This record gives sequence, C-alpha cells and structure tokens, in this order.
Amino acid sequence: MSLDKDTVKKIAYLARIRLADDALDGLADELSNIIGWVERLAEVDTDGVAPMTSVADMSWPRRDDAITDGNKTEDVLLNAPDPETAPEDSSGGGFYTVPKVLE
Amino acid sequence: MSDLSSLTIATAAKGLEAGDFSAEELTQAHLVAMEQSRDLNAFITETPELALELARASDKRRAKGEVQGPLDGIPIAIKDLFCTKGVLTTAASHILDGFTPPYESTVTANLKTAGAVMMGKTNLDEFAMGSSNMSSYYGPVKNPWRGKDGKDLVPGGSSGGSAAAVAGRLCLGATGTDTGGSIRQPAAFSGLVGMKPTYGRCSRWGVVAFASSLDQPGPLTRSVEDAAILLGGMAGYDDKDSTSAQVETPDFTSALGDNIKGLKVGIPREYTMDGMAKEIQVLWDQGVQWLKDAGAECIEVSLPNTKHALPTYYIVAPAEASSNLARYDGVRYGLRVEGDTLDDMYEATRGEGFGDEVIRRVLIGTYVLSAGYYDAYYIKAQQVRTLIAEDFRKAFNEVDVLLTPTAPSAAFAIGEKMDDPVAMYLNDVFTVPASLAGLPAISVPAGLDGNGLPLGLHLIAKPFDEVTLFQAAHALEAAAGFEARPEDMA
Repeated sequence: MSLDKDTVKKIAYLARIRLADDALDGLADELSNIIGWVERLAEVDTDGVAPMTSVADMSWPRRDDAITDGNKTEDVLLNAPDPETAPEDSSGGGFYTVPKVLE
Repeated sequence: MSDLSSLTIATAAKGLEAGDFSAEELTQAHLVAMEQSRDLNAFITETPELALELARASDKRRAKGEVQGPLDGIPIAIKDLFCTKGVLTTAASHILDGFTPPYESTVTANLKTAGAVMMGKTNLDEFAMGSSNMSSYYGPVKNPWRGKDGKDLVPGGSSGGSAAAVAGRLCLGATGTDTGGSIRQPAAFSGLVGMKPTYGRCSRWGVVAFASSLDQPGPLTRSVEDAAILLGGMAGYDDKDSTSAQVETPDFTSALGDNIKGLKVGIPREYTMDGMAKEIQVLWDQGVQWLKDAGAECIEVSLPNTKHALPTYYIVAPAEASSNLARYDGVRYGLRVEGDTLDDMYEATRGEGFGDEVIRRVLIGTYVLSAGYYDAYYIKAQQVRTLIAEDFRKAFNEVDVLLTPTAPSAAFAIGEKMDDPVAMYLNDVFTVPASLAGLPAISVPAGLDGNGLPLGLHLIAKPFDEVTLFQAAHALEAAAGFEARPEDMA
C-alpha cells in the first residue's frame, strides 16, 4: 500500500509530530517504500500461529503489593524544562507547567 | 612500563595486580588518547574528572586488598543510552537536551560496583535507531579504520561511538545496546568483538528504551575474553526490570580455551543471500573450515523464515518505538518548544526534537498500530516472529551454536546509503533474526576485505548458553588470529 500526503499528515498528528508541509511528499514516498517492503509478510502462512507475546520462556516475577519507592519530588522535578517549577521555588514549585488546557 | 593503550582488559587487570602501573596511570594514558582522538567524535560527554576520581578510589581499594574483581580500575566507556547519575544523558537526541538523570542504570551501577572507571558517554545513532551512527544529533562518528581510498568511514551503529572508542584505543572496553544488531554490526565494522546476551540477561532498567522486547545491553571489546569479563560485570537479575531473567550469572570465562572437539555448529543455508558479496561468502566458508579444524562438527541446518526477519523487525521495532517515545512530550524533561495549546506544544517539541530517522520510525510504528492496520501488520509480524523463534528452537535440537556472517559488507563511507532507508536496514540482515528470538550472539573479527577493512563472523547460541557461545567464539578468534589494527593502514 502506498501512503499519500494526507495519510502522512494524519499519522503525524496521531504521533504529535509537526511536519513542514514541504516535507510531506518526501516522507510519503519513503514511508510507502518501507511499508511496501514489510508487506512481503503477507505471503507467510500464519494460520493458527500464536503471536509472540514474550520473547523468553519465563514466568513473571511477583512481589508484595507494597510501596518500595517514592517521596522524590526534587528528583522528579530536577529536569523540568520550565525553571519556575523547580522545587526550591517555594512560591509555586513542586509541579510541571503546561499551556492552559481548560478554558 | 608497557604501552598502556595496547593492553586488553585481561592483561591490564594482571598489570594492575602485579603493580606494574596504577589505575590512575592507566586511566591517565587513556584520557590522553581520548583527547588526541576528538576528531573521531566518539564521545558526546567526556568525564575525565570522574574517571580520575574512580581510578584513585580503585587504587585505594587495591592498597587495602579490597579489589572488586577483574574490572576494578579498568577504563571503559558507556554508550550514551545508559542513564548515569549526575552525568548528561542524551540518547544522541535533541529532545533530551540537558537531561541529567538523578539515578543510575542498573548495568552502569553494576559496573561501578565492579570498580570499572567510566571515561565518558559515547555517541550513537539517535535513540539507537541506525546502522551508521549518522543519525546522531551530535554528528557522525569516524571509524578509526580507513579504506585504501582514504575516505572517512562509519563505525557502524547504533553503538558507533563505543566501537570507535574501543577500536581507537581510547578505553579498554565499552557498553553497547543491541536491538537488531547495534553491538554486533559496529563490532564487525571496527575489528572488535561485540556481544549481545540473551534477552533478560542484562537489566534494561535505566537504559533509554527503543524497542523493549528486543533491547539488550552488551559489551564491545578487543578480545573474546574481555567480552566475557565485561559482560560478567554488567549482567545479573534486577527486580526493577520485569523482563530481567531470574537466572544465575555464570563465570562467562569458564570455558574459554576449552577444546571444541565434538561441538556441533549449524550453518544455516538460508543465510546465503542473493547478491551476497563474494568475500563475505569466502570468509564464512573459511570460518566453517577453522571450526572443523578445531574439531567441531559442522552441519547444514535450515531456518526457513530467515528472509522474513527484517520485514518483521521493521514492524515490531518501530511499533514499540512509537509507544516508548511517546514519553518525550516537552513536559517533564529535555527540550520544550512552546505552543499555544498543549497539543501545539507536543507537536512543536517533537517535530523539532526528533531527527529524520526517528520521525520515520515513529510514523511507521504509529501507522502499523493504528486502527484498521493493527492486525494486518503488527499481529502478523508477531506471528511471523513466533515462526522465526520456532526455526531456531528446531535447529538447536541438532546443534550447539550457529555460524553466520555478521554484516553483508565492511564499513561504508560517511554519507552513503542515507537516501535509501531500506538499503540501510539491510545492514542488519544477519543479526536481526537472533534478536527477534532473544538469543545470545557474538561477532568476532575474522579477516580483512579487499580494501583492508575488518569483517566479522557471527555465532548464535541457545538461550542463556553464553558460556558455550564464548567458548566457540574463543576458538574462532584463535583460528582467525586477527591482529590488524587501524593504525597499520597508513
């Protein structure tokens, strides 16, 4: 299947990646090439074959449902891109900021 | 004092033990080499002060008789995909600008406990997506090897900086990560040993995720013995990684040098590809002969789904990547490009923060997971993956290890293959199947091509049978007697 410009635009929006309009044609060609190539798998008979869900034969480890970590506000906010959220800023620190979501 | 940069991990450990030199001297010698070889662009971040501090601490331990093992005081480099506490971690992406983890990945923490000296963080393809190191935001890495025409070559990828650092003798070993061949292919391109352990052998905790069902840390070194030693310092069960295997970590060096008489080596017929370079076939045939001469029994085996491995990989890996990379949204760390709305900010940040190859893969992944296509692409690929793993299981009923080439060519020039993503993907044709099946595999330098560039041979073993893998690799290494060095080429 070949991907047209509109499809590329749509999946770029799903992936929340802004693309320049002049990049769409080139990308549509490249992605169509890749998709055309992986579509060769259609020829493989997979009737009744279970999809792989785990690469290793292993039983999943369990542990007690207990809190083992936490109270690391400073660490968590250490790399926040907005310096106003730095925890040492007592006026309003301790959170991340984003553009207004609710009107 | 001998030339400290010509040592291996094993010989350096002996020298430290004998008191021929200190960890500080060993580290200092490599720091000088690192500084002199900055044109390779092997490192994104150099950590000379930290290295000297770790080296001095190692010397103190040694003076008190508290040596932690063969890695104590050994200078190594860390692929910049491992989170390192207090040290910039970039994944070679613009989107992680300034990210300094407040925690340490399990693998690097294990290496620290073993006494290893971190020299710095090495360059890589952005988010480990690539086979050339050309997709790094921090620029391409030069291979210390050069062709006869003098062109600058890629070191392979994605662990290209690690490969260049070890081949250029800026450190004694390095960590890499391998998703579809990202340790083994650069090892082959750079005349090194590169090893991907069984999925689950090394913890992925604190390693920037690309494709979680495939990613696996492993060592790049200048000898098989060194790879076994370095893996010993990296591996181990970790309750912070739910896919970490609850198995004992054996002494990976235990069977090195053991006779391989009677070892059954499978030669997969389907790895003979149309249009395969003649010198690759010749080297592979030579490898079969070497193992036979050492007493192994070589048997042709069939892995009928081999040709489906790459297309399967290029559905599964981008699908997982698109999911893993959803976390880079400009909210909590790294780059933020402001926007009027939350969506605006996400789109602007990700559009500017991701490079071309990462965008391609995230879009492919988003597409194959999107409504209406999920079954046709993703489920289909996971079914084929089951068949590929089944092929290996059957083959390993008959044989102990498999022998194949590592890569379809030697290193190519910087800038080549950039206009055709699929041509670039073909680099991993021999390494991807073992990745899909989670199997341990190793590339051993085995010869030079007509242009004087290194080529590798590739061994694959049963899950968690790294000891046999290293044993066979050691025999192959001994037979190949690969002694060439990049500086011989001038």
